[in-house]
Amino acid sequence: MDQIIVQVLNGLDKGSAYALIALGLTLIFGTLGVVNFAHGALFMLGSFCAVTFSRLLSFSHEVIDETRTDFLGNPLKVQVPYIQDWLGPDLAASIIQWSVPLSIVFAIPVMITIGLIIERGLIKHFYKRPHADQILVTFGLAIVLQEIIKYFFGANPIQTPAPPAFNGSLDFGIWLGFDPVTIMYPYWRMIYFFFSVVIIAGVFAFLQFTTFGMVVRAGMADRETVGLLGIDIDKRFTFMFGLAAAVAGIAGVMYAPIVAPNYHMGMDFLVLSFVVVVVGGMGSLPGAVAAGFLLGILESFASMPMIVQSFPGINQIIIYLVAIIILLTRPRGLMGRKGVMEE
Amino acid sequence: MSNSRFSRRGVLKTGFLASAGLALPTYLRAQEAGFTNAPGPSHVTLGFSVPLTGAYADEGADELRALQLAVEHLNGQGDGGMLNTFSSKALDGTGILGREVRYVSGDDQTKSDVARATAQSMIQKDGAIMITGGSSSGTAVAVQALCQEVGIVFMAGLTHANDTTGKDRKANGFRHFFNSYMSGAALAPILAAQYGKDRKAYHLTADYNWGYTTEEAIRSSTEAMGWETVNTVLTPLTQTDFSSYIAPVLNSGADILVLNHYGGNMVNSLTNAVQFGLRDAQANGKNFEIVVPLYSELMARGAGANIAGILGSQNWDWKLEDQLGAKYSGTNAFVQSFGAKYGFPPSQAAHTCYVQTLLYADAVTRAGSFAPCAVDEALADFEFDGMGNGPTLYRSADHQCFKDVLVVRGKENPENEFDLVEIVEVTPVEQVTYDPEHPQFAGGALGNCNNGA
Repeated sequence: MDQIIVQVLNGLDKGSAYALIALGLTLIFGTLGVVNFAHGALFMLGSFCAVTFSRLLSFSHEVIDETRTDFLGNPLKVQVPYIQDWLGPDLAASIIQWSVPLSIVFAIPVMITIGLIIERGLIKHFYKRPHADQILVTFGLAIVLQEIIKYFFGANPIQTPAPPAFNGSLDFGIWLGFDPVTIMYPYWRMIYFFFSVVIIAGVFAFLQFTTFGMVVRAGMADRETVGLLGIDIDKRFTFMFGLAAAVAGIAGVMYAPIVAPNYHMGMDFLVLSFVVVVVGGMGSLPGAVAAGFLLGILESFASMPMIVQSFPGINQIIIYLVAIIILLTRPRGLMGRKGVMEE
Repeated sequence: MSNSRFSRRGVLKTGFLASAGLALPTYLRAQEAGFTNAPGPSHVTLGFSVPLTGAYADEGADELRALQLAVEHLNGQGDGGMLNTFSSKALDGTGILGREVRYVSGDDQTKSDVARATAQSMIQKDGAIMITGGSSSGTAVAVQALCQEVGIVFMAGLTHANDTTGKDRKANGFRHFFNSYMSGAALAPILAAQYGKDRKAYHLTADYNWGYTTEEAIRSSTEAMGWETVNTVLTPLTQTDFSSYIAPVLNSGADILVLNHYGGNMVNSLTNAVQFGLRDAQANGKNFEIVVPLYSELMARGAGANIAGILGSQNWDWKLEDQLGAKYSGTNAFVQSFGAKYGFPPSQAAHTCYVQTLLYADAVTRAGSFAPCAVDEALADFEFDGMGNGPTLYRSADHQCFKDVLVVRGKENPENEFDLVEIVEVTPVEQVTYDPEHPQFAGGALGNCNNGA
């Protein structure tokens, strides 16, 4: 039983990332009708916003420490962050340790700007082109973005730890009546789950309860009629692209302490997220979220040692297997609407 | 109507004759020398196939730096590095057999098919006479097989699987790096002494040949000491989040987690294990412990504070000569050269590639020929010293080097960013030596050396 609870927690955690990426993908597809294969790269860029912000905070000058030597026996060159000169060592250290959550403030404007540049500069030229063209151009864009990151940050994962206050694990089992240390779950992963729930709820609330959101939903349902009412729906859809980029970006920021950011991480998530979108139903926001969590939990269960040993390789194919079954039984996905992606 | 004086047939004829003419000197030279890619009188080309992307990119980048340094030293540039400490004095800084050493390099992406294609291109297009580098046993076995087929010498880089000099050994392939069996033989007594003989181990193993042989070696060595293995689980090489594999460990009845992972895999799995509280947990009334059979300073840097207190084994460490004396001479010479050029100490991956390149050059010089079979003879049962590992033997029976093995531990309070690993013990070579037909290495044969051409 304890193993099942642990894998459910793991699945919710994995599902959080899938759901956030799939939510952004669905927003873009639902508003602009574009199949955005660069969305995983936006998640990766978000992770590197955390790395960049951490490096900005740690920007240093060199001080020679004559009392110590380096590995070659020369006087040791010590890097002292400027922030330490300005705020003192204790406060500076605390701020640097909290760089991941603080970098959300940095990532939101950066990711919205990147989203707007991508939409205005490239994707708008492909609105009336076939989906195959859109996939090719956005996939190419994803490769360009990851090569840019590789050029500046290298090919290797960069450790970006969570604040020390969130190191370690919560003894979750005690709350459920298990013995101590039966169900341990890392604090940061729990934070990631709750954070993603807040973001998803925020996006839904924005679309449901604001005038802007109402217009966007109306545009998603009938773009031409909304246009006839004198509303510049294109401008709002462009903003939605920026919003989707920001959602992917902050999902990436918060994921940085879970898996060290690397230039390829967007591709690792992209294919799975597309499966999530298709299983959830093209254009369905609740479907994307539900499918994200569902497939995350299934993937976690399939990775349990007893399952892997009974069915070798099942952990690698479970998502695709379930996707096939769902699409055979419900061709429009879990919550797909008639007419979307159908000629 | 065209007035051109060129006909299609004429162009084809001329092209064919020109190509044949251009290729003739190379063909004649190869026939005359009797081996593939016989070098001309002015220079010789070495092929460096290293991973610059993927899970082992850190190691690959460091290997390339060391290989470039080796080329400099062979050509008489820089301070000479280990040429000054190497027990063989055949090399004099004038290249190899009087030819300037040049190199070509490529990214093997830690993929066997890419590594094979990269090496093939270096051999066919660039005329490489020897291939070295690599940070994966999968790529090493693939490139070694290619080199055997085409008659080129392969001086393996970082490859730790028993298979490389076991069931997949080849006459044209040579390994300086230690192997999984040696890790098990060196680690098991230390593990028993540190953690006791009544322990239950859970293995997470990278799903490729290195993972399998490392798991087998650590299992058999620790079980011989009294440990019990409660479970072994294979993990995909491409895995980045190991939470699904780590989460069940705590309640499996195990009190030791063995991570048969390397490079980025190990950094991620160890980080996940620490996140899930395994370092602070207790099981079976004992402190839960994590063991990483093979690791390096590069991985320690990637894992950050998570590596503190973790036991593992290494082929070499840059502090060896300073801490354990002149027996390991050559270490400081190499660290000085590498550190002055790049600003940080070399990794064990860099060390083994540098040493392999010098050993190849030395063997060619002593043999007086670049022919693979001559190199084979020169390296057979060759005993040398001054390359940082103490007295070392290149065993002719399987082309494996035998030398002392280091047992190391992640430092609790590192003094600087490079001082992350402390040497716990050096296991003498006698304790890690085995029969060439030991069960963990059985099923392979070197075959005959191949000169190609």
